[in-house]
Amino acid sequence: MTQLRHADPLPPVTTPVAAPPEQPRTGWRARLSRAEVTWSPYLFIAPFFVIFAVFGLFPLVYTAWVSLHDWDISGAGAFVGLDNYVTLFNDPDFWNAVFNTLGMLVLATVPQLLMALVLASLLNQKLRGMTFLRMGVLLPIVTSVAAVGIVFSQIFDRDAGMVNGLLGLVNVDAVDWRADKWSSWTAIATMVNWRWTGYNALIYLAAMQAVPRDLYEAATVDGAGKVRQFWSITVPNIRPAILFTVIMSTIAGMQLFTEPLIFGQGGFAISGGSLRQFQTVSMYMFEKAFRDFDYGYGSAVAWMIFLLITLLGVVNFLVSRRSR
Amino acid sequence: MVVRQRRALLATTLGAVVALSACGGAAESSSGDTTLVVKTFSQFGYDELYAEYEASHPGIKIKEENIGKLGDYLPKLQQWLATGKGAGDVVAIEEGILSQFVAKPGQFVNLLDHGAAELKPNFLEWKWEQASTPDGSKVVGLGTDVGAQGMCYRTDLFAQAGLPTDREEVGKLWPTWDAYLATGKRFKEAGTGAGWYDSSGGLYQNILMQQGDHTYYDTSNKLVIDSNPGVRKAWDQTIEMVKAGLSANIEQWSPQWNAGFKNGTFATIPCPSWMLGTIEKQAGPENKGKWDVARVPGEGAVRGGSFLAVPTQSKHQKEAAELVKFLTSAKGQTAAFKSKNNFPSSPQAIDDPAVQGYTNPFFNDAPVGKIFGESVKALKPVYLGPDNNPIGDRVGNALLAVEQGKLQPDEAWAKAVDDAKRLVK
Repeated sequence: MTQLRHADPLPPVTTPVAAPPEQPRTGWRARLSRAEVTWSPYLFIAPFFVIFAVFGLFPLVYTAWVSLHDWDISGAGAFVGLDNYVTLFNDPDFWNAVFNTLGMLVLATVPQLLMALVLASLLNQKLRGMTFLRMGVLLPIVTSVAAVGIVFSQIFDRDAGMVNGLLGLVNVDAVDWRADKWSSWTAIATMVNWRWTGYNALIYLAAMQAVPRDLYEAATVDGAGKVRQFWSITVPNIRPAILFTVIMSTIAGMQLFTEPLIFGQGGFAISGGSLRQFQTVSMYMFEKAFRDFDYGYGSAVAWMIFLLITLLGVVNFLVSRRSR
Repeated sequence: MVVRQRRALLATTLGAVVALSACGGAAESSSGDTTLVVKTFSQFGYDELYAEYEASHPGIKIKEENIGKLGDYLPKLQQWLATGKGAGDVVAIEEGILSQFVAKPGQFVNLLDHGAAELKPNFLEWKWEQASTPDGSKVVGLGTDVGAQGMCYRTDLFAQAGLPTDREEVGKLWPTWDAYLATGKRFKEAGTGAGWYDSSGGLYQNILMQQGDHTYYDTSNKLVIDSNPGVRKAWDQTIEMVKAGLSANIEQWSPQWNAGFKNGTFATIPCPSWMLGTIEKQAGPENKGKWDVARVPGEGAVRGGSFLAVPTQSKHQKEAAELVKFLTSAKGQTAAFKSKNNFPSSPQAIDDPAVQGYTNPFFNDAPVGKIFGESVKALKPVYLGPDNNPIGDRVGNALLAVEQGKLQPDEAWAKAVDDAKRLVK
């Protein structure tokens, strides 16, 4: 998520140089300078659109094309129209993966954003070592996903894991974390939460600092306590930031891949557990395309992920508009 | 918004995945030498052979790029082939996926064009035929090793449980898988805390490969998973072991499995010859002498084994084919056997006194050449159909679900059959 913020620096705002007015120029020069005024802004934003077309739009359209074929390792086969999608709608493994993804999305997003809110409001106080604390919450994002996955997989290991060790201290039986949906989702959501809570907290913190102080002073004069101030002033005022984090977390959550893959064990880890307890849609896409070598079907799954994210984005948008 | 969308599109798009991972591949060294990139998985034991080849072929440099797990290697290999980039000059192909490449041989150089025909007597006949098209006009790869079976065991755990530790006597404990089960029960009663074997998936695979000349497919590529009695027999035999509580429930190729060799979490593991290198690497030098090899229960049979092939995308096909011929020669196979115990598929290498008389110092000087050699003599080739590996993965998952107590054996069997049918449809 971090690379986003610097991915597309705005092109420098340059005022197009107007042609010197004093002497009338020949026709082509005037036309050139008019053209420059008209077209140069497009030129400035072109790099983004060119890159987007090559790395975003083309793969998207091409994937749609592939998904309409019986496409395997040897290349394009017969055109099969929407057959892949029909199969997909009747594929219990696909819907299982959708269910898993949404489940982990809820488990990872809701607590994460609530914790981030609380953390941000704490960081918004006058504390000692402020910079240190604010930098501290960012540290988890610096850690590579793979490292997080490996360490947490050991923490949640059945035989030698730390969590089972702690549970043992209070006489709770060891949990086989990979064997059930609830336990595997919890373990994976923990990884996501650990990594992203601080990032969201910083976004909230930045938004909170833009809330005018006098609102709080007026509320204090009116006798509102800290908690009341938080819910009635802070949260409504940082609504755009909250919406942003919800959408970002939704997109990231729908594409959850690395954490559950590393959490899974053995040679068939991509199946996400013996009964696909924690296989996400991205994992299912990868399994179909790159293990079963059914590229057409894998592409259909990829397009369904895209549609699901779009759908969830629209829902987010409508909900936030209605509650405005 | 556009930025966010772009990210969403990028990451959800297969094309992008391919574009990102297709980087890296054959490299040209600056000095003008030809660098041949060899892609392998697990352990092939070629380091010394490379050095020798480089010394005798000036201007050739060899770079091996290894991926530990076969499960991780396969999707990569498919990507390299599909995108036409990254496969390097020589690729290793495991027998379970070979048949689909033989069915579509266009992605590999026909080694008959590079003088491979005269090498035919250098390979076991069925090994040669596995990599040939049915009409014999194309040869996709040359055989490296065959997965001769053995049974590896921890001598210290056997001693603790009051079982014999000498490999001759240990082999006599289990002429059959039923006897292996009975010995496992004895071991469990002794209460060492270790599992009798690592995981049911691997055990099942070994038993399955002893059940005749085909498994999930018949030789006309028809799916027979639910009508081949051999498959069901291997399944039932394995379920007996699970019911007796003999499994340590540790998935093969997981970090816990790797650590298990060091920590003695399980007492036995059916070990095809190619697994010895993995065991030695994971157990580490401090456990030298604690692992030993005995004969496998039941009839000897093959499990696994590989081939080397030259993808047509290689820019140095001629040089690569020469290297493949060198590495798969009787001499090359003997060297690989000495290095990592990958058992030769060349009759000349199998009969080589250097192989027959070879003892492995890590495994208590076990005469692995003799143990695996006996197993290879009894060997009958097993026909594996196009989706053999994905089906095997699904049956393995079903067994795991039984181990985890999530499914009853009958439910798990029905699920495995159903999954296989849906996959093949």
